[in-house]
Amino acid sequence: MLTAHLAAAAQGPGFLSPTGVEIAFVLVGLATLGAAVITVNTKQLVHAALWLVVALGGIAVEYLLLTAEFIAWVQVLIYLGSVVVLLLFGLMLTKAPIGRSPDADSNNRWVALGVASVAAAALVWVVVDAFRTTWIDLDGPAQGSTKVSGEILFQHWVLPFEALSVLLLAALIGAIVLSRKDDAPTADGAAPAGQAATAATAAPDESKGQR
Amino acid sequence: MHLAYPAVLAALLFCTGLYGVLARRNAILVLMSVELMLNAVNLNLVAFDVWLRDTLHAGQALTLFTIAIAAAEIGIGLAIVLMVYRNRGTSDVDRLRDTAEGHEPDQNAARPEVAA
Repeated sequence: MLTAHLAAAAQGPGFLSPTGVEIAFVLVGLATLGAAVITVNTKQLVHAALWLVVALGGIAVEYLLLTAEFIAWVQVLIYLGSVVVLLLFGLMLTKAPIGRSPDADSNNRWVALGVASVAAAALVWVVVDAFRTTWIDLDGPAQGSTKVSGEILFQHWVLPFEALSVLLLAALIGAIVLSRKDDAPTADGAAPAGQAATAATAAPDESKGQR
Repeated sequence: MHLAYPAVLAALLFCTGLYGVLARRNAILVLMSVELMLNAVNLNLVAFDVWLRDTLHAGQALTLFTIAIAAAEIGIGLAIVLMVYRNRGTSDVDRLRDTAEGHEPDQNAARPEVAA
């Protein structure tokens, strides 16, 4: 009896007795993957951006299930809050068609499908073979709470953090320069494009400042 | 939790993004697929950080840095796409063949006043 119990403990938790966290992770993962597949397949460009919201939100839930709550909220703030809005602005400013656009996929989509399938098969095979007997211990204190993240970020990662703020400033200035009108009287429709792009680009910088 | 679940999900998301980058024609949809690939990498980083219980939490710090760099990348990328659209009248990556060799000339070259 005792030896059987020890053998079962040495094997770790089995595949056939999933915990609640695992069930939730797999269900949210299926929803995320489905939304991602629709994002890269749909013919309606605006719908692709909206399905991207579902996929990114699903990844935020996966971060929460992995006890990395601070990264989950950063994901919600930056990706769902600013990146998707920026993409929608880009779709509007490039006059993307609202309805179905049959030429959304290029001619080499079957080659792309083959490359992606081969890559997926190879990666999944290698990953499953390598981590077949590895378990994450999610018990104990949360690994990614805001307190832990702030401490490690401002104790060990201060220099990359500050370098990153310089990079964001450079990106902001670059976006302003790129989307600025060169000669004023030529293009009238370009002015709101430049202003909207720069205003939306400022959003990641602000949300980074809140960290 | 079994480590294979987040790792397999990240691999499949990455390959979905790879398909989108290769198959999409609109430059903004290509940028969306790039975001999917970056998110797959972030999920991998967080999962392995939680598994290894790293005292420096390098995975989570790198995830935050990747998110910030992705925000900068999407800003610059959209500015470039808007500039290309303003100059060429299209944002389809298939039609931007100025640097390709051995193809017929770009159909936008017929109207140089737009490309000026």
